[in-house]
Amino acid sequence: MTKLIGQRAVASLLSLLVLMVLVFFLSRLTGDPAVLFLPIDATEEMKEQFRVLHGLDRPLLEQFNQYVLDLLQFDFGDSLRKARPALDLVLEAYAWTLPLALLTMTFVITAAIILGSLAAFKVGGFFDRLVSIVSLVGASAPDFWIAIVAIMVFSLSLGWLPTSGVGSVAHWILPMAVLFIRPFGLIVQVVRSSMLSAQSSAYVKTARAKGVKNLRLIFIHTLRNGMLPVITVIGDQAAAMLNGAVIVETIFGFPGVGKLMIDSILQRDFNVVLAAILVTAVAIFLMNILIDIAYGLLDPRIRQ
Amino acid sequence: MNDALLEVRNLSVDFHTARGTVHAVKQISWSVGRGETLAILGESGSGKSVSASAVMNLLDMPPAHIVEGEILFGGQDLLKVSYEEHRALNGKRIAMIFQDPLSHFNPVYSVGWQIIETMTAHGRPADQARARALELIARVGIPDPEAALHKYPHQFSGGQRQRLMIAMALMLKPDILIADEPTTALDVTIQAEVLALLKELQRETGMGLVLITHDLGVVAEIADRVVVMSKGEIVEQGTPREVYHAAKHPYTRQLIGAAHGKGEINILDIASPVLLEVKSLCKTYGAFTALNDVSLTLHRGQSLAVVGESGSGKSTLARAILRLEGVDSGQAVWKGRDLIGMTARDVLGMRREIQMVFQDPTQSLNPRMSVYQIISEGWDIHGLMPDRTARQAKVAELLEQVGLAPEHARRYPHQFSGGQRQRIAIARALALEPELIICDEAVSALDVSIQAQVIALLDGLRQRLGISFLFIAHDLGVVRDFADTVLVMKAGQIVESGPTGQIFSASQHPYTQKLLAANLDPDPDVQAQRRLRASDG
Repeated sequence: MTKLIGQRAVASLLSLLVLMVLVFFLSRLTGDPAVLFLPIDATEEMKEQFRVLHGLDRPLLEQFNQYVLDLLQFDFGDSLRKARPALDLVLEAYAWTLPLALLTMTFVITAAIILGSLAAFKVGGFFDRLVSIVSLVGASAPDFWIAIVAIMVFSLSLGWLPTSGVGSVAHWILPMAVLFIRPFGLIVQVVRSSMLSAQSSAYVKTARAKGVKNLRLIFIHTLRNGMLPVITVIGDQAAAMLNGAVIVETIFGFPGVGKLMIDSILQRDFNVVLAAILVTAVAIFLMNILIDIAYGLLDPRIRQ
Repeated sequence: MNDALLEVRNLSVDFHTARGTVHAVKQISWSVGRGETLAILGESGSGKSVSASAVMNLLDMPPAHIVEGEILFGGQDLLKVSYEEHRALNGKRIAMIFQDPLSHFNPVYSVGWQIIETMTAHGRPADQARARALELIARVGIPDPEAALHKYPHQFSGGQRQRLMIAMALMLKPDILIADEPTTALDVTIQAEVLALLKELQRETGMGLVLITHDLGVVAEIADRVVVMSKGEIVEQGTPREVYHAAKHPYTRQLIGAAHGKGEINILDIASPVLLEVKSLCKTYGAFTALNDVSLTLHRGQSLAVVGESGSGKSTLARAILRLEGVDSGQAVWKGRDLIGMTARDVLGMRREIQMVFQDPTQSLNPRMSVYQIISEGWDIHGLMPDRTARQAKVAELLEQVGLAPEHARRYPHQFSGGQRQRIAIARALALEPELIICDEAVSALDVSIQAQVIALLDGLRQRLGISFLFIAHDLGVVRDFADTVLVMKAGQIVESGPTGQIFSASQHPYTQKLLAANLDPDPDVQAQRRLRASDG
């Protein structure tokens, strides 16, 4: 198990390096930041001054070398727009994205496991059909549309919830609810089918022949086996959320990392883009290790 | 019987499926008393497991539907008691063990946890259950019970798993133990040990044993009474001797006739030319020796059997000959050329000449390909028979050759029975007009009567077409009627080889003798004599 995680760590470090190189050069392809940052009537001289100030006049490879050296000291450079360390901006945004992602995923996982298991318990029953329809709609409805409709209904018509921004508990409800829908729809379906196949397995038959009670059959014998494929999907969905929910954060004006990233890209604020991508990659890498550990805990066959 | 512990009366069960209603069992009755062993004998689809599942309330309803009947146990009808009352009996008064102990143990919990659960599920304190588990694990012959308690199912061998399954079932000293094909997945020597263990435990506890099996040998070895099932009905019942020697129903007679090991033995024609000569093949996987100095000679038209238990290296040998697996050293000379050193291009040509038939036709046939596609695929690979009409004619001819009809070409594998699927696999092998067919446990998964048919088919092909066969099997009985020469493998080595008659009547190596002794004879008298001799010796 430790060996497995070690191998994963090495592989992830390598992919982080590749990612770093790719992002550095690709972001430079988007164009010259000086054009966006300076007023339209800025002279060529002013632009040149701006480039020299930020080291953008130097050859690309030289910029890259400097960038790598700085990175080794955890220096991601300053944001062009805000004139503050890029890493600070990203970490501040994460302080918003992380709780949003963790809370939402907690709700998603809890609801999906309970509802999916119950739906699988009585296949074809009313409850099963209801869960199937809801999850299908949830998994296929586009989130920007849901977000806008939700704002129209709950904020504009009913006036119950704020349209955007942060500041109170009420501000969190709509972003979380919209973020909840798609992963829930996906995971509940995986839980249901995975529980179904676990239920018809031979070991459940053995447990019934031993006289094990029904609830124990579902939540002790079936669930742990049924969770194995579910964990993979959970990891996938959680990764997407750690990436920052770009659309949802933008629509609701939520100052998370997704919004920061899209703003920085539009403004060619290279240092912030790079910092955001690398921090996100590290977060996803850590989460994958958590997923691996969870797998090992659930299934003794993987531990060896 | 008056002192019946468990009695099934006039039970009829239907299965409502998308294709209509199947009468799984029709008005069957059987009973088992204290200390008695009842065998329910039948082939797949005979409904032999249905009544036992009904006893344990394991039938999924729907699709199953109990039409009529009673299951009497302890003065009550099990078909009328509540779910909760039935649950309280399961594992406590009536226990059950199953065919494949690996899939019937929960993979994610330790074996100890699962064994202990039998008692805690019925409200016994955990420490008492733990003590009992340790006692039983030791009783079924697992070394170091304390350590075994904490291990997981995948860490045991097949035979050990079945022993642990038995321990799990006996935790609460049940009155009845139902064993559904308990030894089918095991090697013959392990099968003998497990059956002996079941008998001993039965003597100690006086429990009634219901043994569901397809194997006449198992019946001869262990049963006091037997009911024979066919197509959902009991067609014959009595003591194993009565049924074996004086079967009244044609189905029983056919089943007994199909039992292998009674026909004439093939004799090798030494004059025919040598096709394959394997010299000193060696292969290791890390510390494990799969092949240790294996040599053999195969003549044209010969049927050579390689017999050994799991892990003996017999499949590695086949894979090495086909170059599906590399070897460490040695030669395999095929028609004068060494296969081991061949280039990849020559290997392709060689693969046309040597074809393989695998154990499980359900897995070795692509379910999305029609029979026509399956059979003709080899022609595409080797660039043969470009003409479509010729192909269709040839596929039809091949299907007839293996006992199927030409119109079967349009169907898909799932529309056939296990035996028919194996015939398709054989037709596929024949399509390339091979000179050697390697059969890797090709009949092991089939019912006895189907086994006999497939073996007769292979033997006919050998005689008519002069094809050679390398026949890999774990069961000595199966090879007796087909092979002219037998090689016995153990731990990667050939421990004995010789003409089939000699191996069966005058084997030299103790391991061969052990295999032969463990191979159960369908004749109860033969088994009784063997037991007598074993207890004398």
